[in-house]
This record gives sequence, C-alpha cells and structure tokens, in this order.
Amino acid sequence: MSFITKPAAVHPRSPKNELGLTIRDYEGGMSTLCAGCGHDSVTGAIVQSVFELSIPPHRMAKLSGIGCSSKTPAYFVRQSHGFNTVHGRMPSVATGANAANSDLWYIGVSGDGDTLSIGLGQFCHAIRRNLNMLYIIENNGVYGLTKGQFSASADLGSKAKKGAENQQPPIDPCRTAISMGAGFVARSFSGDKQQLVPLIKAGLSHKGFAVIDVISPCVTFNDHEGSTKSYEYTRQHFHPALHADYVRPSEEIRTQYNEGEAMPVTLHDGSKIVLRKVAGEYDPTDRASVYSHLERSQQAGEIVTGLLYYNDGLKEMHDVTNVVDQPLSTIDHSVLCPGNDALQALQNVWR
Amino acid sequence: MSTGPRNNDFTIRIANVNGTGSASANTLLMKSFFRMGIPVVGKNYFPSNIQGLPTWYEIRVSGDGYMARAGRVDIMLAMNAETYQKDLADVAPGGYLIYDSTWPRRTLLNREDVTIIGIPLARMCNERFSTARARVLMKNVAYVGAVAALLDIDMEVIAASLDKTFAKKADLLADNHVAIRLGYDYAQANFACPLPYTAQRIDKTSQHIMIDGNTAAALGAVYAGATVGAWYPITPSTSVMDAFASFCQRYRVDEKTGRRNYCIIQAEDELSAMGMVLGAGWNGARAFTPTSGPGISLMSELLGYGYFAEIPAVLINVQRCGPSTGMPTRTQQADILACAFASHGDTRHVLLFPSSPEECFYFGATAFDLAERLQTPVIMLTDLDIGMNDWMVPELNWDDAYRPDRGKVLDAAALDKMKSFHRYLDVDADAIPYRTFPGEHPKGAYFTRGSGHNMYGAYTEDSNEYQEVVDRLRRKWETAKSYVPGPAIWYSDKIRTAIISIGSCDGAVIEARDRLLESGIGINYMRVKAFPFDEQVEQFIEAHDRIYVVEQNRDAQLRSLLILETDTDPAKLLPLLFYDGLPINAQGVIESIRQDQAKGKAKGKAKGKDKGVAA
Repeated sequence: MSFITKPAAVHPRSPKNELGLTIRDYEGGMSTLCAGCGHDSVTGAIVQSVFELSIPPHRMAKLSGIGCSSKTPAYFVRQSHGFNTVHGRMPSVATGANAANSDLWYIGVSGDGDTLSIGLGQFCHAIRRNLNMLYIIENNGVYGLTKGQFSASADLGSKAKKGAENQQPPIDPCRTAISMGAGFVARSFSGDKQQLVPLIKAGLSHKGFAVIDVISPCVTFNDHEGSTKSYEYTRQHFHPALHADYVRPSEEIRTQYNEGEAMPVTLHDGSKIVLRKVAGEYDPTDRASVYSHLERSQQAGEIVTGLLYYNDGLKEMHDVTNVVDQPLSTIDHSVLCPGNDALQALQNVWR
Repeated sequence: MSTGPRNNDFTIRIANVNGTGSASANTLLMKSFFRMGIPVVGKNYFPSNIQGLPTWYEIRVSGDGYMARAGRVDIMLAMNAETYQKDLADVAPGGYLIYDSTWPRRTLLNREDVTIIGIPLARMCNERFSTARARVLMKNVAYVGAVAALLDIDMEVIAASLDKTFAKKADLLADNHVAIRLGYDYAQANFACPLPYTAQRIDKTSQHIMIDGNTAAALGAVYAGATVGAWYPITPSTSVMDAFASFCQRYRVDEKTGRRNYCIIQAEDELSAMGMVLGAGWNGARAFTPTSGPGISLMSELLGYGYFAEIPAVLINVQRCGPSTGMPTRTQQADILACAFASHGDTRHVLLFPSSPEECFYFGATAFDLAERLQTPVIMLTDLDIGMNDWMVPELNWDDAYRPDRGKVLDAAALDKMKSFHRYLDVDADAIPYRTFPGEHPKGAYFTRGSGHNMYGAYTEDSNEYQEVVDRLRRKWETAKSYVPGPAIWYSDKIRTAIISIGSCDGAVIEARDRLLESGIGINYMRVKAFPFDEQVEQFIEAHDRIYVVEQNRDAQLRSLLILETDTDPAKLLPLLFYDGLPINAQGVIESIRQDQAKGKAKGKAKGKDKGVAA
C-alpha cells in the first residue's frame, strides 16, 4: 500500500461537474491494497465515472461483501453511504435497501470469491429479480486476503504462485449472468480505463441489474507466468467485441460513425450508449449467439471484453413489486396504519 | 380426575387423514362452542405432509376458561382406521369413541370403560351425495352434526356458522346443511342424546376473538408500520407472511395509483431474507422476517452483523421441534439460547416472549419500536402452538394516538445545523448513538461495517478503539433493560415457592396453580416477557426459596439464561421440562410439583425441620 497522503488542497482550475464538485470530491479513503493492485484502477474508474455523471455523493449507496475487492468502497466517494456486508451477502442487503428506497444510486463491488463461490446464490437471485444496481466484480482468479488459493473463476490449467495447477472448470460470471436473465452484461480490464469508464457510466444509468466483470490482476498472488489472470496474459488475450461509448442526456453524439457500424441505445434517463462493432458479426442483443461466442472464446483462451449483452426491455424489481416511488421510510405512519376502527371491523371474521 | 357428567368441560379429539378437508369441519365445531359463549381452544396435531398421513384436531371446551391442552380426551372421533388402536387407547376412562360404522372393525370392543358409538357416515354420505369430492368432504360435516346431537350443541349456532362461512358458495352451503342434518338425525334416532357431556350456553366469550398467533403477529407488524417483509417459506412461520400479504393487500394499496406502500420479497433462503431486512432497516424502513429454527441458524451471521453495526431488524421466530430438521409440525421452546446469543463473538439479542396471539399482536408492534430505539435486531419468539393454533383471546385494540418510536434519527434539518456527524458516538450517555438515513443529507454519510470500527465509524484494528465500541454495546444492553416489557408477576409475600415460565406455557401454569391451590399448595408465578431480564426478574428470584422453571425444551434453556444473567443460586431453580413436541398441559406441571413437594416434606421430616435453600 501507499503511505503518501494526498494533499487536501484542490487545484483552483480543476474541472467541475454540474454540481460544482471536482473529482477530488469523489475520492475516498487511502487504499490499503498492494501497490499495483488492479482494484485501485477500478476504484479510479468509478471515481471518474461518478464525477462525470454528476451524481450527488450522498445519493449513492456503495455496497460490498468481504475480500480485497470488497474493501474498495472505502476508497471512493467519501460522502456516499457505504455498507460493507458479510461474505457473499451483498446482493441481499442491496435488495433490501433498494426495496426500502429505490431512489438512490446503487453500486456494488465484489470479487470472484465473494460473487462466484460463497455468494453465487445471492448473485444469481439478485439477477433474477433484476435489481436496479451496478454490480462490479473485481476478478483476479484468486483469494488474496487468505494468500493465494484458487477462486471459482480460475481457468483450467491456470497455475498458482507455487506451481499447483487448477483442475476445476471456471464459473464465468458473464455467461452466468446472461443465463440468469441479466439485461446488461459487460467485461473489461482494470488496465483499460478507456473502456471501463463508459461501461461504468452506462451500467449505473441502466435501469435494472448491470454487471461488469473486470479482470483485475492480483499483483501479489496471481501475476506470474502460467496464470491466466495476470496483467501480461490479459493484455495478450484481450479482445474487445465492441466498444460502448456513453453519452449523457445533455450531450449530443459527436463522434462520427460509419453507416451500420454504430448502434445508439437510449437509456431510461435519456442518456445513450453507442455500441460499435469491433470484429466480425457480433450482435449484443442476441442472447444465444452472445452466449455461444463467449463459450467458444473461453475455450480458445481469449478474454472477450466490452458490453457483451444488452437488453433494456426487462422489468426491474421495483416495477415488478409495484411499490410506490417514495422511499418507504418516509411514508407517514397514518398512511401505513389502518387504525382502530378498521381493526374492530376486521375482527368480525374471528368472532 | 373424576369422569362423571360434565357440562362445558370436556375435550374432543378428531382423528383423521390429512388432505381430506376436515379442517373446516373441525373449525365449525370449535366455533360453535365459542359462539355459544363457552371458552374453547383448538389444537392441531398435523404431519409434515400434504395428503394421506394421520392428523388430529383437539377441541378443549372449558367453561372455566383454561386455554392449555387438556392432556386427556373425553370424546374421540376415530375417523382414521390406521390410528384406530392408538385413538381408542387415548380415550380417558368413561369417555366415548365415535367411529364410522360403514365398515366393521375387529377391535371395537377391547375397552370396557369406553363407550363406542358407530355412525355410518360414509354410507349416509355416499347415498346422499353424488360426487366423490362431496362424499369425502361431507363425511366431516356429518360427524359435526352427530357430535352436535350427542353434546346438545345449539343447531341454530351451527346453521348460522355455516351461513357465514359459505355465504358466497351456495352449492356448498346447501350440501353442508344437508350433511349436518344427516349426522344429527342419525345420532338422535339411535343414541340416548345427550351424553353426560353437554355444551350449555354461557356468556364468557363476548369481547373475545379466536385467532392464531401468526395472523396476530402479522397484524402487529402492519399496525406498527412495517413496510418491508423478506422471508423464506418455513413451517410453522409461513402463515405470518401469508397474513401480512393479505392485510397489506387490503390496507396498503394506494387507491388512486394501485401502487403498494409495502414490499414483500420471497428470498432464495433465510440468509438472504436476513440480508434484505438489514438492507431495508439501514435504509430506514421498518423491516422484518418470519422464520423458524433452521432459519435462525442460517441467519446467525447476519444477526451478528446487525448487532455490531447497530441496524434495526425484527425477526419472528415461530419455534418448532429441533434439533436440525427435527419435527417441523410440532411445538417447542428450544431456540431461546440460540436466539439470545445468535452469531459468533460477544453477541446478544433482545428477545420478546409472547404467551398468546394477543401478545403476538402487541409485541409484534413493540418489536419495531424496540429495534429502532435500540438500533439492534429484536427477535420475537413464539412457537407452533401459539402461531398456528386458534386461541381465544380478548379483542384486539389499537391506540390511534400511537406514533412509531423511530429512535435517534437525524433528519436533514438536524444534520444541516450540525458541524459533523459520527455514527457511533455516545452523545447522550445512554450508549445509543444517532443514525441517519442514506440519501438524506451530505453530512449524514457514514460507512457501515461489520469489521472493527471506532466510535466515529472508521475502520480500526486498534485495541482501545475496538474495545470502546464493544463496551458501549454492553452498556446499551443495560439501557435495553429499561425499554423491554417487564415480567408478569402473581405474588404473595406469604409464599416462598414459585414458578417462572415463558411464552405458551402460561395457560398450563395458570391452570396448574389453580389446581394446586385447591389442594392447599400456593405458588407464586412470574412469566418472563423479554430478554434482557429487568431487575424485577432478579428480585422475584431473590424473594423465593424454591422455584420451578417451566419450559418446553430438554436443556432448561430459560433456566440456563436466568443463571447466566442473574446472581441467583442455581440450586433453587428446579427445571420442569416438557419437550415431546405437543403443547404443554397442566397435568404434567401439577404432577411434577406435587412429587417435588412430597419429596421436600419427607426430607424435611427426616432432618427434623424444613430448611429453605436460601433465606
């Protein structure tokens, strides 16, 4: 970890967002992760995204489970509401929080152990409910805090630091999410902020469950030769399927796209994602073909990245439960309590 | 006990096969007594199964108003050939057994002290009704008719009950009236009606209702303003959420928009249900989860989180027989210790122990006030007996002046005036910190974590900072004592012997005390209503020499908790334990106390004088 505390002073010409805040206002506590940890880059991307989206910090709830990745909510958006839950149970806490107040920005940060092993069930069921949140998996294929055991995302044949070879097939969070019915499934790399920031912004703006599987190498336990989650391996096998540019509601699409190359998708808040194909025929709205493309790529040892699957036609949890928009905590008791007259009338059935 | 003629004091047990539609007939019979003004209680002994296994329904008619299981059967309706032998054996001497004489039974006459009454129920129904379903269902109604004749139940009351129940189902109503008469007329024509047991109209049920505890607890949650219910189906708690959903559908849907002022989520398991409750509570909603033993085990980690991070949550644990899967459809009070200390580390939880559906309603509301006032999970422990059986209780009343105690919450206006906010500071020296709701105000932001934190809410691994927080939590526990409901006490300073009991033991203990008093044994009584124990509990123990701790588990869990949490001498707390899975009855309590008293006297004589254990 770094021991150099950043100065509190802000450069007077630092750019400000629509709320008049600088990017420094979106930072958090000092990271205690290892120097070079991929997770810190993800933290940086989150800070930039939330700053650029001009989200009021206190209107954001940041939740996590347990593990290195789950420590990171302490390192971004200081003035938002953090909830570092128990191991693997962040989705349920986020579900309850969202049930009580659907009018906050929800971002969850988890790891491959937290999501794919101990928390696989909750991850799947949060997707099934189409909980309105951005769920970021900082995926390094290894348990860091307990010093280097394989996680459920470790590839077959990937080698541990001391040479042991992983013998169990990996769980791919993207294919899992697609099969569970997620409407926004992306993969990225902690080392590619250019790709990651638009994905985070789009994921936060998407109405429903958005998952981004971010390959985020563990410099201490899984960055060696033979590992398929190292910086070097990821850089060599990184294949963007398509680019996603994020355009805010107030902005216009400025980039020139060739005919048939770009597909703008308008989100519920008026913002847009412009998808650009990179290689061959890839249709991010065709669930079956996306799934098989990912399957084939994985067998070939390739890491396909970008917004892999998108479907904005799904009802999110709040639509299904049909709960009022007003936070439930703010509804006056007189509205919630039927009162004594109703109670007396009700009791006729028990007389 | 004598077996002579008894008015308004007898027990009927109906032995049947589950899935045959006998529940509504049994309820009809029970309600008939209730509507004749006679106190009554219904106990359902059912299998963990949907169809085809033995089930029993027991109706105790008690003009004196005793609500516990009688522990004897005066009239058996043996409708299940498979259990006939056992059912016959269970009839008290001088009692009656009614069976379906459509088919002859070999072993009919193997008890001379039981009168056997055969009624060809199936034959009559087969002749009278055309569909297979009606034949099966109406057989149950026909036995109600026969019992009505044999016990002199007011047929007008039965007819009115049928009219009320089937007001919207004309076909069924007509069939039911016919079936009732079939049984009634047959019994009148063939037997000397009534039997020595009769139901006589009195006036002891006005201003009372018959309700189960799960329904009452759900209603309490509605009245308290609970808005988020997360749950995983588990016997015997499932009907809590069924009832909550139906009340909310009735009272909580916005008339104009059709939108809901509540959110019910069926979780994938109990861990998730508990996580949802914590998330919702953190966000300021009154949230709860109903569950039973296995659910508590699964929720334990998150319960510890709720305790340490100080998040309000309400759990309703409808206890069933453990350990492990145990007997899901049998009752017990065996989760007391598991709930008191659920989760690893120094964790302790506020518990409420209602003794009846009436208290399920009031405690069901109180639990939310306590959870928010104390910022901690509160577990209300009922059991299958309270939760799923119909009890006669005084009508419920709600004070419309009630306002929820949200505890120490800083709103935007308050935060605006503050220089800074820290989540875990003991500002008022009562060990309860202030909290904020996410999204309310920029100054209200804080980080919630189950890892070591200091009084400002920041992560810590510093010994002193950590200890400061856990010590404050211990002080908060002391504060809790002044908020939880105190015990119910029946006390005479001339008596040095007492019973301490809990929850659904109450009815049996009340009855046992009356009976013991009739035979010259006066006993004081304290019913514990909550954990932590307040000072009255300790004072009551100090004021007695010999105390029977009556509870429904094998390991004397209430007694253990009393010993752990008070300075009492364990030797004077005698465990009286009932854990066969059936609701406790007075007879067991009476016998145990009589035996102990006799032993004490014998010992006293041998020594020359009767010394108390403590002065």
